[in-house]
Amino acid sequence: MRFVLRRAGFFLLTLWAAVTLNFFLPRMMPGNPAIAMMAKFRGRLSGQALVALETIFGVNTHESLLAQYVHYLGDIFSGNFGTSLFFFPSPVSQVVRSAIFWTLGLVGITTILAFLLGTGVGIVAAWRRGGLLDSVAPPVLVITSAIPYFWVGMMFIMIFGLKLHWLPWSGGADIAATPGWNGAYLGNVLQHAVLPGLALLITTIGTWVLTMRNNMVTTLAEDYVRMARAKGLPGRRIMLDYAARNAILPNLTGFAMSLGFVVGGAILIEYVFNYPGVGYMLLQAVQNEDYPLMQALFLLITVAVLVAILLADIATAVFDPRTRTAR
Amino acid sequence: MSNPPVPERVLGVSGLSVEYVLDRGSVRAVDDVSFAVGNGEFLGIVGESGCGKSTLLFAIAHLLAPPALVTAGSVSFAGMNLVTMTDKQLSAIRWRDVSVVMQSAMNALNPVKSIGAQFADVLRAHGKPSRADIRSRSAEVLRMVGIDPAHLRSYPHQLSGGMRQRAMIAMAMLFTPELVIMDEPTSALDVVAQRSLMVQIKELQEQYGFAVIFVTHDMSLVSHFSDRLMVMYAGQVSELGPTRAVFDAPRHPYTQGLLEAFPSIRGPRVPLKGIPGSPPNLAVIPNGCRFHPRCPQVMDRCKEQVPELYDVNGTLVRCLLYDDRPVRTGAAEARTAEKATADKSVADA
Repeated sequence: MRFVLRRAGFFLLTLWAAVTLNFFLPRMMPGNPAIAMMAKFRGRLSGQALVALETIFGVNTHESLLAQYVHYLGDIFSGNFGTSLFFFPSPVSQVVRSAIFWTLGLVGITTILAFLLGTGVGIVAAWRRGGLLDSVAPPVLVITSAIPYFWVGMMFIMIFGLKLHWLPWSGGADIAATPGWNGAYLGNVLQHAVLPGLALLITTIGTWVLTMRNNMVTTLAEDYVRMARAKGLPGRRIMLDYAARNAILPNLTGFAMSLGFVVGGAILIEYVFNYPGVGYMLLQAVQNEDYPLMQALFLLITVAVLVAILLADIATAVFDPRTRTAR
Repeated sequence: MSNPPVPERVLGVSGLSVEYVLDRGSVRAVDDVSFAVGNGEFLGIVGESGCGKSTLLFAIAHLLAPPALVTAGSVSFAGMNLVTMTDKQLSAIRWRDVSVVMQSAMNALNPVKSIGAQFADVLRAHGKPSRADIRSRSAEVLRMVGIDPAHLRSYPHQLSGGMRQRAMIAMAMLFTPELVIMDEPTSALDVVAQRSLMVQIKELQEQYGFAVIFVTHDMSLVSHFSDRLMVMYAGQVSELGPTRAVFDAPRHPYTQGLLEAFPSIRGPRVPLKGIPGSPPNLAVIPNGCRFHPRCPQVMDRCKEQVPELYDVNGTLVRCLLYDDRPVRTGAAEARTAEKATADKSVADA
């Protein structure tokens, strides 16, 4: 319990630092969103409009920096991230909410699948070292994990989308389909997710297989595995409880980190497949100098990574008794 | 301390050879080793690092992993040949009849499982015990080695080195086996802890009557505890006999060297000699006697003739000094005279 509290305290401190940086960095840059908006309309707006925009964006230059900061902190806790420039006049929070669902669904599930499948294949490959799986999987996966995933995505679009017309390859769902929690719509979403998901899976699974296999091979040479054999334990139990249980520990942190980065989306995949996720949105935000949106997204990604690290710490403590004793 | 060996034997090893099969050819780490262990006997195996003693143990327990491979010989236990058995067949006798205690208990205990959970794994692998059975038996064996059963909930890293090693021994006792194979169980401990652990092992052995094969590089450690002693050099048995006989009248120049390398606490002050040179690389074994490049009593024929095991009053010695066929050298005469006095027990081969 003390361990969790200590970790949580550390988490809050880092979070505060991230939020603060997120506040001060843009304000050290010249210009502000209101001026950028004015520039968009090339002088067709009056000075009064500028004041109005400044109020909307919360960039009142007449307020002291400290007052702005306090204001900003309050806004964040109430979920008010200002108004998006590109999707004007939608509030940033609403814009982000519409995208995060897609990203969590596509990139999140793919990341979890890649980890589970990759770890499973790695365990079996190392357990049957020199067997068929072990001779085929590693070399193939070294190649697939070296291919850029957007290239795989483009190939998929070309082959399965344009040539064979097997699967849809653009967007998160058909524009004509009515969103809702029904089989037809979810099926449609699933269809759209197959190609980008596969492209991501193929290119990310390799790392998990290779690291897990190598960890496993090292663990299998440990005395406690030999002991487990001497004890006449069933093979499955040795493989999972004695070897894999120890071999997976170094991978937990990596997995949690990649879960954290899910929120950032897979920019290139979402771009290639016109997928309406966070990554694609971030790209649009940057291209259109949509500062409020960018700021919100960066904060979101930072928070997600921090949460992931916190979870990784807790997971490691659950799986590895040696880390439990507070140092 | 030395009881006469009981004729009934638990384990018979004959002609056992183990090779490490590598790309550039194979290395024979254990070469044609034969010996037997009697019921309730304590057999010590000593030798330098890399002499093949651990490989021999793992071959007996069927725990070798590639590239190591048993290439010849048999290990008979309760009428079965362990070498040819599959893992599945072996799991019936593993731990129930033959248990193993490894060198470093830190690495031999699963770091992510509590002691109790590891005990429970073993008990469940060989039957369907109830929770209460598991708890009571686990607590019982821990008490046997002097550890508070509260430590069943501890993880290996929470115990001291000595306690871990005791916990390992407790685990080996779960089924009161016929034979316990120990691979340098004390080498990670300080001298005081070593001594008390040895006493504990001996007490348990006397109480429960299991046989022990005890591998160590520390000859003085086993001197008070083992019934018989086997000295290994370069993968072969170089001397095998009753512990007292080997200590009082070491026959093989290698054994003599090993004994001279240890200081005697009570005896007269003599300079320690040690053995010049280092053990041979098993990939390039010297011709003739394997020990001849380091032997202080080397003769010309040692360089060509391969010595066999010669029976010298119940002690088997692999040295041409004791080869009766050719003419004896002066040194051999002296040795023969010496051993005539130390003629006692008979060992089985």
